[in-house]
Amino acid sequence: MKMEVYFDNSATTKVLDGVRDVVVKAMMEDYGNPSSRHQKGVDAENLLKAARVEIAKTLKVQEKEILFTSGGTESNNMALFGAAFANKRAGNHIITTSIEHAAVYNPMQVLEEAGFRVTYLPVDENGHIRLDELEATICEDTILVSIMYVNNEIGAVEPIEEIGNRIKHKKPDVLFHVDAIQAYGKYLIRPKRMKIDMMSVSGHKIHGPKGIGFLYIREGAKVKPLIYGGGQQRGMRSGTDNVPGAAGLGAAAKEAYTNFEEKIDYLYGLKEKMTEGLQKLDGVTVHGLTGRESAPQIVSAGFRGVRSEVLLHALEDKGIYVSSGSACSSNHPGISGALKGIGVKNDLLDSTIRFSFSRFNTEEEVDYCLRTLEELLPRLRRYQRG
Amino acid sequence: MHMFQSFLIKYAEIGTKGKNRYMFEDALVRQIRAALKRVDGEFHVGKESGRIYVTAKTAFEYDETVEALQTVFGVVEICPMMQVDDNGYEDLKQQVLKYMDEVYPDKKLTFKVVARRGNKQYPIHSEQMNRDLGEMILRAFPETKVDVHHPDVMLHVEVRNRINIYSLRIPGPGGMPVGTNGKAMLLLSGGIDSPVAGWMVAKRGVVIEATYFHAPPYTSERAKQKVVDLAKLVARYSGAIRLNIVNFTDCQLYIYDQCPHEELTIIMRRYMMRIAQTLAYDRECLALITGESIGQVASQTVQSLVCTNEVCTMPVFRPLIGFDKQDIVDISEKIKTYETSVLPYEDCCTIFVAKHPVTKPSLKAIQKSEKKLGEKMEELVKTAIDTVEVIWCAPEDSMV
Repeated sequence: MKMEVYFDNSATTKVLDGVRDVVVKAMMEDYGNPSSRHQKGVDAENLLKAARVEIAKTLKVQEKEILFTSGGTESNNMALFGAAFANKRAGNHIITTSIEHAAVYNPMQVLEEAGFRVTYLPVDENGHIRLDELEATICEDTILVSIMYVNNEIGAVEPIEEIGNRIKHKKPDVLFHVDAIQAYGKYLIRPKRMKIDMMSVSGHKIHGPKGIGFLYIREGAKVKPLIYGGGQQRGMRSGTDNVPGAAGLGAAAKEAYTNFEEKIDYLYGLKEKMTEGLQKLDGVTVHGLTGRESAPQIVSAGFRGVRSEVLLHALEDKGIYVSSGSACSSNHPGISGALKGIGVKNDLLDSTIRFSFSRFNTEEEVDYCLRTLEELLPRLRRYQRG
Repeated sequence: MHMFQSFLIKYAEIGTKGKNRYMFEDALVRQIRAALKRVDGEFHVGKESGRIYVTAKTAFEYDETVEALQTVFGVVEICPMMQVDDNGYEDLKQQVLKYMDEVYPDKKLTFKVVARRGNKQYPIHSEQMNRDLGEMILRAFPETKVDVHHPDVMLHVEVRNRINIYSLRIPGPGGMPVGTNGKAMLLLSGGIDSPVAGWMVAKRGVVIEATYFHAPPYTSERAKQKVVDLAKLVARYSGAIRLNIVNFTDCQLYIYDQCPHEELTIIMRRYMMRIAQTLAYDRECLALITGESIGQVASQTVQSLVCTNEVCTMPVFRPLIGFDKQDIVDISEKIKTYETSVLPYEDCCTIFVAKHPVTKPSLKAIQKSEKKLGEKMEELVKTAIDTVEVIWCAPEDSMV
C-alpha cells in the first residue's frame, strides 16, 4: 500500500490549521495598514503587537527586541550586514564556521569583498567547532561571531551557551549572532542567558507561513537597518508590515512551545526508530551524532552505491518525500559543507539523504519508509554506473 | 521609433520556387500572422505585387514586433518603413528630410536615393526624384556625401498608394516558412544539441514533433520539465510542438540486465531510434532528426552512428553532423535555448553510461547482444509506445 510520507520538514513544513485561520482572518478582516490612523489600522497594529508578544514569550525577551523580516535569509543578512557596517570602526574581523547555511556563507563572501576579514572555523567529526580554537581566534579586531545552532544538513547542535560565554569572556563587545532557523521550536532558547545578541528564525520551518521570519536583536546591540523607507518597526525595517504573516508566525511560535517537552520527546522517538532501522540496513551509514546528542528532527544517512538523486526519486515514487543530503558539496567548491566538514568520504557525499521529521509524522510512516528502503536498495544498487 | 508603422518583409529562396511560389508566400504570411499574435497590437499582413507588408493597425511595441518577425523562417530581411500620404512633391521632400534627420542623428555618412514609382501616375520620374531628393539631403545636411556604389545608407522611396520611405535592414532568420516541407520527428533530450538540430530542420520549412525518453526515478520531473521548456523555446520558431514523452525505464533496466555494459549506450540508442521511428510513422512524419555530431561522445563516433542508423528505415536528419561544439553553443545562445539546456538535471543518456563504453562498436556484436533480449524486449517496447504521454508545447507559454 502506498502512503504519502513527508520527511522533508527541514526544507519546509505544512501550515497548521490554527495558523491558516489566523492568516486568513488577518487578510480578510483585519486587513488595514498598521501605519494608518483609523481603527482598521489600529486593529492590524494590535495583531502585529500580539504576535510580537507571543514570540517574545517563547524566548523570554522584550517584545521590542523582535524584528519581523521576510524570513530566515533576510534575518541572517540583516544581522550580518547590519552588525558589520554598524561596528566597522571597532574592527573588521568576523568569525563563523565552515558549515553554515548559504544564507550566512554568501553574505560573508560579500563582506570579504567589502574589506572584512572572515575566519571560517572547521568542525570535528561530530560537526562541532572547537571552543578553544574559537576563543583563540577572537582578536582585537573581532566585531562579530556568527554560529548556527542546529546544522541543517546533519542536525549537529553547537554548544551555543558555552560559545556565548566564551565570546563574552574574551571580548564583551563582540556581537554574537545565532542562525537558529533549524533550532527554534526544537530547543528552549534563552538569548539573555546564552549571551546571544542576534538570532535568526524562519516561520515556515515551524508550521508557519512562508515569507515571514524574525530577527531577535538585543536591546542596545548596534545594528544598522538594511531596508529604508517609511520607518516601520522603529526604522529598523521599513515597508508595510506583513500582518498576516506575522500573525501566523505568532500563532505557530506559541503552538511550537506548547507541551514542548512532549513534542520533542515524540520527535526523538521517531528519530531513534529511524536511526535504528537504518543501521540495520546493509551499506547504510548514519552521519554525525545520534539520539539526544543531535537535533530531534534530522537524520542524515549515506547509502553506499546509490546516488542520492536516484534514491530520492525512487522514494518519491513510493510517496516518500526527502532531500538529498548535501546541496553544498558539489555546487559550491568554496564552502566545505557539513558532510565534507565532518569528514564524510567522497563516495558517500553524493549518496546521502536527509530525513527530517515533524510532529505530524508517525511511527507507521517510519516503518513504511524503512520497508521501502529495504526493498529499493538492492534493486537500485544493481543498476550502478559502470 | 514611432515613425515606423509598417514593415517590408523580404524573402529570398521562396521567390525562386516557380509555380509553387504562391504556396510558399501564403505559408510565410500565415507564419508571420501566427508570430504576431504574441505581440501587443493588431497588424495587417498582406501580399502586394510580390512583396509582403506588415502594417500596424493599432498602437504596437516596435521591439517586440521586430523580435517576433525575426522568429519567422523564410524572412530574410525586415525593413521598417515610414509611410506617408501623397500630399504633393514638396511635402514628400520634407518627409524625406525628416526621415533622414530622425533615423541618422550622426550625419557623417554616404547615401544613395533609390526612388521607385509603383504608381506610374505620379508626375515625377524616378530618376528625377533620385536627383532632387539627393541634392536636397546634401544641402540640408552638409556632412553627408553621395556614394552610388557602396553607400552607407540606401534610401528607398517608393510611391504606391501611399509613399514608403525606408533604409534600415534588420536581418531575419532566413530559411523557408514552416509548413512547406513536410514533417519530421525530433529526438529531443535536455542537452544543448537536440534543440538546435530541431531549430535547424524547422528552418528549412519542416514541421517538427518531438520525442523525449524519460526514465523515472533515474531522471527527475524537473528534467522532464526542462525538455518541455526547451520545446516551448524552439516552438517560438517552429510553431507549437507536439511532444511525446516515452517512459523508458523498464527498457533501460532490461538492457542493463541482459547486455554487456560497454554496449549499453549503443543498444539503448538503437531502441530509442526504433521507438521514435514507430511514433514518427504513427504521426505521419517523414524523417527523424537527431542532434548528433561526429565524434562528440562515444555514441557518436562514425562506427556508433553506423550502428544506431542501422535500425532506421526512414531518413535520419543530423543537421549538426559536421559542427564543432562551440558552433552549436553559439546557435543555442542565439535561439535562447542555451540557458535552459545547461540546467544541471540528469537525462537518461548520462545515467547508465559505462565507465569505458565502446567507441568502435561492431554492428555484428551489437546485433548478437540484442538477440538475447528476445520477445520480452518487444513487449517492453510496445508498452513504452502504448503509454506515451503527449504534451503540446506552445510558444505563448515561454517568455524570454
